[in-house]
Amino acid sequence: MIGREQMTVASQRLIAERTYELTLAGRLVQEMKQPGQFVHVKVAASADPLLRRPLSLCQIDHEQGQCTIIYRQEGKGTALLAQKQPGDTVDVLGPLGHGFPLEAAPAGGRALLVGGGIGVPPLYELAKQLANRGVNVVSVLGFQTKAAVFYEEKFAAFGETYIATDDGSHGAAGRVTDVIEARALEFDVLYACGPKPMLKALDERFRGRPVYLSLEERMGCGVGACFACVCHVPGSETAYKKVCSDGPVFRAGEVVL
Amino acid sequence: MNRLAVELPGLSLKNPIMPASGCFGFGREYARFYDLSVLGAIMIKATTKEPRFGNPTPRVAETPGGMLNAIGLQNPGLDKVLTEELPWLEQFDVPIIANIAGSTMEEYVEVAAAISKAPNVHALELNISCPNVKKGGITFGTVPEVAAELTRLVKEVSAVPVYVKLSPNVTDIVAMAKAIEQAGADGLTMINTLVGMRIDVKTGRPILANGTGGLSGPAVKPIAIRMIYEVSQAVSIPIIGMGGVQTAEDVLEFFYAGASAVAVGTANFVDPFVCPTIINELPALLDELGIDQISECTGRSWKICAHAVHCRP
Repeated sequence: MIGREQMTVASQRLIAERTYELTLAGRLVQEMKQPGQFVHVKVAASADPLLRRPLSLCQIDHEQGQCTIIYRQEGKGTALLAQKQPGDTVDVLGPLGHGFPLEAAPAGGRALLVGGGIGVPPLYELAKQLANRGVNVVSVLGFQTKAAVFYEEKFAAFGETYIATDDGSHGAAGRVTDVIEARALEFDVLYACGPKPMLKALDERFRGRPVYLSLEERMGCGVGACFACVCHVPGSETAYKKVCSDGPVFRAGEVVL
Repeated sequence: MNRLAVELPGLSLKNPIMPASGCFGFGREYARFYDLSVLGAIMIKATTKEPRFGNPTPRVAETPGGMLNAIGLQNPGLDKVLTEELPWLEQFDVPIIANIAGSTMEEYVEVAAAISKAPNVHALELNISCPNVKKGGITFGTVPEVAAELTRLVKEVSAVPVYVKLSPNVTDIVAMAKAIEQAGADGLTMINTLVGMRIDVKTGRPILANGTGGLSGPAVKPIAIRMIYEVSQAVSIPIIGMGGVQTAEDVLEFFYAGASAVAVGTANFVDPFVCPTIINELPALLDELGIDQISECTGRSWKICAHAVHCRP
């Protein structure tokens, strides 16, 4: 059930360059189930900035009643969010969207998780839930540079984890797809979240395989009403899917990237 | 007596609050948040004869106190709206105002004739002011003679009263309003969005794929108030006001300017519960201001002005 709540900041810390880990507490956490779902956050009560910010869930902890989101400070909205202190409240609408299908990964099988930059966070809750189901998790995480890297050890706790950086300052030099190729990484199902060129490269390379991609698009309402975040469906001029409410996770080939 | 009740052509509203067209889809998304029967009415998303995908993304960009959108009238087309969306809305006790759009006069007429016969459509809203489509839309909304002709043609075929949605992107909105009134419109809705633009400082290119978009949100409210203030004194048909409404106070401001009901647009995106919240807050605000019926408030700003001028010693 989607709800709206003034959630309380439990903690906030800088974990990489301009990258914050924000932990929120509230009853809404009990509604959060699926990795890959997101929350729509109003960073200030005032009309400026006016719209909410869609931020993916990185960790869901039902026992503690807390969830974690990781975001990069890019503009005015995220700069305001970065100022939030423990005890402050944040206006949260969620959970929204359809996340990664866990059942696509067979127990005992191998899931390849591929993340790029600020697309990495939702894969963490996914890794946790897959590991709980007895799925072997292999993670390939790409970042621009060493200073941007986060959660390497946390992912490593769930399985083999490879890091790629564009400038080679940490892990392998190059792209996540280079790592997959160089290591000849096999999988039963692939889950990915990151920049569109990365998703396109994965889509083309593994056409026909079980690949699930989490898309990002500028959103208005986040609930499917405003038609801001639509994408085409292959083979049709007028058919569409909404990233916010039909996605953000789609099976590769379901929508035009 | 229900102090929020408002009577308008074709519309007996239990309260004067309705979601604005394009900001509420066909209601399905917000029905997950509350019972749509609490609303005064619903202005459904613009319907065209054929399905439309609309513009490429990005389609929205934020601005201080507002947002730009260039959706491009995406909708499932007349047939699906008639066979799926409107029948689904029949479960709610709420009149529907069907927003219609087209790229030719013939298309408007065809859509109007069909959709106005749906049992829960109590009025039409003629969308002559969408700034985001290449053909039709705003061209009908910027030339008074063209707007008047279109109004006449739609009035001839419509089974329900016709409201015309005015564009603020004109030199003389009063001239537009008068031409449309003379052509037989039953009411006006105003304002649609203002054409605007944002440019990405990193790329040097417009943020919206469409280049320009329509500005909405609290940033446009003073313009809406001014235009309703002017138009309501020049015409005798009622106005449903819209443009940046977020609170019960905003609603009264629109009434004082000259509106007889108020639509809420962009604020639904910020707070899905904004319409029921405003409806719940209105009675206390009326008490605070010593107002019995909200319908008494229409045009109070200029009625007081006129009185003051005449009574000057």
